[in-house]
Amino acid sequence: MIGCVRSFLLGGAVLLLGALPLWVIEPGEAAFQGSDQQAQAEISRLAPDYQPWAKPLFTPPGSEIESLLFALQAALGAGLLGYWLGRATARAEFRKAASVPSAAVCPTVDHPAGAKSVGRDTTQESPHVD
Amino acid sequence: MHIMEGFLPAPHALAWTIAASPFVAGGLYALRRTLQAAPERRMLLGVAAAFAFVLSALKLPSLTGSSSHPTGVGLGTLLFGPLAMVPVGLVVLLFQALLLAHGGLTTLGANLFSLAVVGPLVCHVLFRAARGVGVPFSGAVFVAASLGNLATYVTTAGQLALAFPDPLGGVTAAFAKFVTIFALTQIPLALSEGLLTVLVVNTLRRLNADELRNLPLWRGLAEAKP
Repeated sequence: MIGCVRSFLLGGAVLLLGALPLWVIEPGEAAFQGSDQQAQAEISRLAPDYQPWAKPLFTPPGSEIESLLFALQAALGAGLLGYWLGRATARAEFRKAASVPSAAVCPTVDHPAGAKSVGRDTTQESPHVD
Repeated sequence: MHIMEGFLPAPHALAWTIAASPFVAGGLYALRRTLQAAPERRMLLGVAAAFAFVLSALKLPSLTGSSSHPTGVGLGTLLFGPLAMVPVGLVVLLFQALLLAHGGLTTLGANLFSLAVVGPLVCHVLFRAARGVGVPFSGAVFVAASLGNLATYVTTAGQLALAFPDPLGGVTAAFAKFVTIFALTQIPLALSEGLLTVLVVNTLRRLNADELRNLPLWRGLAEAKP
């Protein structure tokens, strides 16, 4: 419970850190330009004659496609994180459900195995209390 | 921290590639060993990689009026050690270089060095040091992940300053310029990354305490109350 509150507070702080600049900064011409681009501009100031000697093999055609690919990258990562979170939460609940009655009522019965058949979690890493 | 394709002179690009390659080899070896010791850690490694994937895809606005992105390698460093994050960083950078024209193959070595070598190393050392002097667990995670992120961007500034010294002030003046662009923008984002890493580490400790206890780096640390 305390863990949940803390998680919400942490998440809120991150959101605030992200939203604050949108509030505070006057949107100018190059609003929220990437620092990578700014560095590139600084390079052309420091070495005006420098010519990049290689080009990307593939450049996303247009900013829409670029944002599609960035979203895809984030979605892949977030998908896996969500899968793990769901699995880990369910596993923790099964363990709790399995360990409470077995300790109180009948310690010899193999409750974890019973709990296992309820869920889809069939990997070996499952209930090994202790 | 992505130096764009072709934006490092060839000798520099080559030098950084050579500098980064032993870490790639060491990282692959470290990963193989850690997975052989306990194959069930695959899932946890997946979580660390996924975290890096998400965070490095998010370009966040900063108080300087520009934007940049977190790196997300701190989490994996705290779980598996600094070397294990090198292959993960390589996958992230290759994805972005090949599909997003973000970074590049000629600058892959330099970008890998800042993202996956210096960042995780700083993170690892700071975490140990902070725990060593008795900083509470979450505090140590926060400091290590934030400053590891910042270290990556300071490294990029250094790499660019070495390649493009200021005509008047030399490398030092150029470094000051690049560090202003990168590090200042990065400060709020580094804080965000630190907070998010604490969030995920707390969740891991709540749900995966057994597995964490078996990680070499967490022996004795996971039990310590935050």
